[in-house]
Order: sequence, then C-alpha cells, then structure tokens
Amino acid sequence: MNHGVVADFSQETWWISVIKAVAILVFLLLSVLIAIWAERRVLARMQIRPGPNVHGPFGLLQSLADAMKLLLKEDLTVKAADKFVYVLAPLITVFASLLVFAVIPFGPEVSVFGVVTPLQLTDLPVSVLYILAVTSFGVYGIMLGGWASGSTYPLLGSVRGTAQVISYELAMGLSLVSVFIVSGSMSTSAIVESQQGFWWAVALLPAFAVYLVSMVGETNRLPFDLPEAEGELVAGHMTEYSSMKFAWFFLAEYINMFNVAAVATTLFLGGWRAPWPISAINDGMFNEGWWPVLWFLAKLWLVMFFFFWLRGTLLRFRYDQFMNIGWKVLIPIALVWLVAVAGVQAVRQFADVDLRTTLMWIGIPLVVVLALLLLWPEKKAPPEAAGPSEPEEIDAFAEGFPVPPLPGQVLPPSPRRAVLSVTAPAATATTTTPTATTTSDEEASDG
Amino acid sequence: MTESAVGSGGELVLFCIIGPLMVVAALALLFARKPVHAAVGLIFVMIGMAFLYTALEAPFLGVAQVVVYTGAIMILFVFVLMLVGVDAADSVAETIRGQRWIAVALGAGLVAVLAGVVLTANLPPAVGLEEANAMTNPVGVAYEIFGSTVFALELVGVLLITAALGAITLTHKERLSAIRDQRATVRLRQRAYARGEGSQVLTPAPAPGVYALHNAADVPALDPEGNPIDISVPRVLRIRGQELAPADVDGHVASIASGTFVQPVASPPAPSPDTSDPAAGRTDEEGGER
Repeated sequence: MNHGVVADFSQETWWISVIKAVAILVFLLLSVLIAIWAERRVLARMQIRPGPNVHGPFGLLQSLADAMKLLLKEDLTVKAADKFVYVLAPLITVFASLLVFAVIPFGPEVSVFGVVTPLQLTDLPVSVLYILAVTSFGVYGIMLGGWASGSTYPLLGSVRGTAQVISYELAMGLSLVSVFIVSGSMSTSAIVESQQGFWWAVALLPAFAVYLVSMVGETNRLPFDLPEAEGELVAGHMTEYSSMKFAWFFLAEYINMFNVAAVATTLFLGGWRAPWPISAINDGMFNEGWWPVLWFLAKLWLVMFFFFWLRGTLLRFRYDQFMNIGWKVLIPIALVWLVAVAGVQAVRQFADVDLRTTLMWIGIPLVVVLALLLLWPEKKAPPEAAGPSEPEEIDAFAEGFPVPPLPGQVLPPSPRRAVLSVTAPAATATTTTPTATTTSDEEASDG
Repeated sequence: MTESAVGSGGELVLFCIIGPLMVVAALALLFARKPVHAAVGLIFVMIGMAFLYTALEAPFLGVAQVVVYTGAIMILFVFVLMLVGVDAADSVAETIRGQRWIAVALGAGLVAVLAGVVLTANLPPAVGLEEANAMTNPVGVAYEIFGSTVFALELVGVLLITAALGAITLTHKERLSAIRDQRATVRLRQRAYARGEGSQVLTPAPAPGVYALHNAADVPALDPEGNPIDISVPRVLRIRGQELAPADVDGHVASIASGTFVQPVASPPAPSPDTSDPAAGRTDEEGGER
C-alpha cells in the first residue's frame, strides 16, 4: 500500500522486479545502439548524404561495430591522473544514468506469467524529485572526471559542464513544479493518470517550452554542448579517457538523452496514453494491455528525433549567451509561470470558482493589456552614441592617488610605449636591410 | 511498512550494508589528504543517508537530501576544490599554537558524551509513523512545514534573502562603460573603416607564419608578391618590436637540417625615425586584427 501512487504494486514479487530491471537495462543498451545509428542516419539525411549504410541492413550494425572497436582499444590511464577518482567518475555517470528509468511507466497494468503488475519497475510518491536527485548526482561524473584527468582542457570542460548543468537544472526543476501543482502529485504513474483529458504539454505550454530547452542544456547536446566543444576544449571532461572508460561516458550521454526524453513524455506528453483520436477508438481499447508501450516508445522517439533535429539545425552557442538564456530568460519565465499556475490553482481550490471563469477573468485583462501595448507608440531609440569623440586625458595621479580612467577619458601615453613605437617598425624596415642574425655570442647562448 | 522498533528485515539488511560503508566513507573524509577525496567521501555519506531516510519511510527527506545537499551545496564546494589542482594536498601547518591538541581533546570529549548518550539511551518502540504518513509522505511534510512551522520557515526565508542581498551588494561592481557586444564591435570597426582610420581590413587578419621557413606567430605571412603582411603578426609582438622579418628566418630550416640550430632574432631597429609603424599608433578601439 503505497500512498500517492496510482500504479498498484501489491502483487509484485521479487522475480517480477528482477525481470523488469533486466528488461530496462537491455532496453536502454539496445536503444542507445539504435539511437546512435538513427542520429547518424537522420543527420545524414538532413545534410543530403547517405550516412552509415554498409554494415547490416540499412547500416544498422554500424554502431555495434563501433562499440566493439571502442572496447578493444587500449585502455590508457594518463600519468597525471588521480587514479581512484579517474576510474570512479565514468562509473558514477553511467550508474546515475541507468537509475532514472526505474520510475518511468511504460504502460498500465499487464499480466506477466499470471501476475498482474504495472509496466514500471517502481514508483515513489516523490518519483520526479528522485529523477532530479539522480541527475544531479550524475553531474559528479563530469566534474570528477575532468578534475581527475589532471589536464587543462578536461578541467575547463568539467567546470563549464557543472556550471551548465546546475544552472539548467534550476529552470528544469521550476518547469516541473507546475506539473506537480496541476496534477497534485509527484509520482510518475499519478501524473500520467492526471493527463487523461489534456496533455500537460498543451495546458502548460510555457513550462513545456522551458523544459525542452533546459533538457538540451542538461544533456550537453548541441546547441548547448559547450562542455565538450570540440573546437575549443577537444572533448571536455572526456579528453583523457579512452576505451571502456570513454565508452561509459558515451553510453551515459545517450542514456541521459533517453532519460530526459522519457521524462518529457511522461510529464508533458501524456506518458503511455494513446494520442487523442486513437484513444477514443473502441472505448479506450488502445489504452490497455500492451498497446501503451507502443505509444510510449513512439513519443520517446519523437523527442529523440527532436534532439537529432536540433543538432542538424543549430550552431553551438557562445558561453555567455548560453548562460544568459539560462539565468535571464528561462528561470524568470519559469518563475512567473509557476506563480501564475499556483494562483489559478489556489483560486480553483479555495474560492470555489469555475476554472473557465477564472481563466476568463485572467485572460480578458491580459488581452486588453497586450492590445494596448501593441498600439502604444514606440519609443524612439536614443541616438547611438558615436563613441567618445575626443577622449579627455586624465591626470592619473589626480590627488596623490592612482585613479583609473572613467568612460570618455584616456590615460596619458605611456613613456615606454613612445620608445617602442620608434623601435617597432624594425621588422618592416629590415625586410630590405641586409641582416646578420647569427652573431657568435648568440650561438654560444643557444648552445 | 515498519511496525516494530527494529524495523523490517529488508531495512535491517540495508542498514547493515550501508552503515559500515558510510562509516568507512566518513573516515575517508577525515583522513583523506586531498580535499577532493574528502569531498567524495562526504558525498558517499550523504547518499547513504538518503538511502536510510528512504528506508525509514521518509522518501521526501531522502530525495531532498540528495537534491539540495549533494546536488547543489556539495557541487559548489567541489567546484571550488577542483580549481586547486590534482596534486594539491591539505596543509598541515598549525595556524594556532596547540590547535591539534585542543582539537583532539575536544573531539575525545564529544566522543565520550555521545557514547554516554547512546549507551544510556532507552529506546522505546517507534510510534506515529502511520499517522504521519497517512496522506503520503510529501503531503505530510508539507502540512508540517506550511502548517505548524510556517512562521519559522518564513523567518528563515527572510534571513536567506537578506544574506543573498548582502552578498550581491558586497560583490557588486559598478560598470563604468557599456558592454560592447559583437554587433557594436563590428559596427565600430566598419565606421572606422569608412572614415579611413584604424585597420583597413574588415576580414579576419591572415594567420602569421611562413610555413616553409619558420612557422611561428612572430613571422609575418607573405602576400602573393612576397611582401610581408604586418597585420598577420599579433599586435603585442609588433609593438614590442619582436616581429621577425622573413629575411631573419631565411636560413632557419637549413640550420635545423644541418644540426646547427640557430634561434632567429629580430634584427636591430632601423634608426630612421620617419618610418613610424601605423599599427603602433592604433588603440584597442579599432583592434580589428588580433
């Protein structure tokens, strides 16, 4: 008797749990193999080239071959590494990524070997918080991995990665809170149950939008893959890892994509429930038995396709722009939306007013204000300052103290600079001058 | 669901596994030489505690423990610790005389007090779990926090906000000039170009180095006619007079090949004062090149 959880686990036996756990593990590993293939094929299609198509039907075995190659590579442990943490980091990452699917419902109750059980390993009254907790634990893999490598790029990558993940986790958590408020629960099965009428992606569109952006930031995927930006940081925290240890990181990255996609599906896209026209067929026939697994997987892969699509479309952000979006756009939007949802919910619950009336009373003034704002005469942009026309020179030691220049002021020319600007043209001048570079004393100093 | 004081079998097994591991991790926290190892030990203890909370029918507390302490506060700690480098170990120098012995004495006192409390404690069977969790654990916690202790909670909130405001005020720096973003920089460059000032190159500057002779930042690239392109050399090197001429590195490759390596150096400056470098007079405003 687990309160606050809709799924009924009363008939659960230990071997059912073991079967489910193994099934989830196999599902995730196979899905990763397929996802890598699918990503390469989709990207190739978008870039008008074939993509992997040689090994196996449609090139399906390509990622298997790549995985085998990766595992058979030499496993290096760099000399400057802190051995213990260096090995621990990929394990933490992959461990945390595997934990999330334990609370994701694949479907309603079905009968397995004569036992009626929900298609879900377990559920807690705080399932979604559990997911957030596991994700935030997974960050340590990135952090410690970058630190333990004892190298500059990994450290920079891991500092970036950590800052990124904790910033975007805030926005993500805030967007999830509005789902908790409207569905009245934090258990995944109860949230799916609450979406019988409406998907929360429709009813809570701003929260869904914030979640979609922050989930990309959370998984370090393009356009937010700054921690491993190849052009600047080689591969971030993974630079010094090879073979199996690198494979763990790689695997975890893809499993994390599935994790956030599964959360999006469960919390916003109706979970395993069939989409509307299908759900109405034959009195909800397609919402029972094993059918829902199909809808769940379809929605999951839809979100995965969204990831691939983004990668094929968008460029990497600059780091400051990326942080600005997180802190100055996503978090304020999520906060305002959260307060609005809480307000509406409070009116609904305590004031005994119809939801429609409430929304009307909010909506009509909002539309009026927006219309007024549209009609408001635009403020003339201030004439752009054409730069300081004649910078004023300051006395750098005005009252006996060294003072920095204010805007519009410049320091007096440095005496050193004056000397150098006379000697600097040396190189230009000497192009025509015959030179004697090898003097004997220089040879001595080099030798 | 635990009815007895000892707890169910599963809970006991879990405790017997996690408890010793937590003690080991806590000892690692105490005796680790590197601060990051200590942090890893502490993280392990926190996660173990979350497991125990959850086993004790307090899943909300367990999860909040990980989200708040492990996921936010410890991350910030490790964030700072990471930047001290892999090889850094704690300094064992005493800043206060006799600090170590005072600490040992106080620690021993604490151990004695705690041992006394634990040994003399009379543990009655646990009661009230069913009632507390009657409306599910998170709802029960919510009623407790926002019902009976709402005033204290608000007070703590005010305190935290005050602290945050204080931190912002103390670290706030007044911006002296507007941030110049990419767009403004480009606009300034183009305006300077139109006026005929500054760098007369709008594209990125060519890369330095004459690859067959000497590939380094201090050698200007050559244009198709074989003349050096000055702006390909970083401005700082130019101003310092460290720019080499292609002639300076003429024999460089040959000297490497023959085994008598000779470091090329900039030739002495030409004495004529009228060949003032146009680049040297440039300010950062027009710094269109590197």
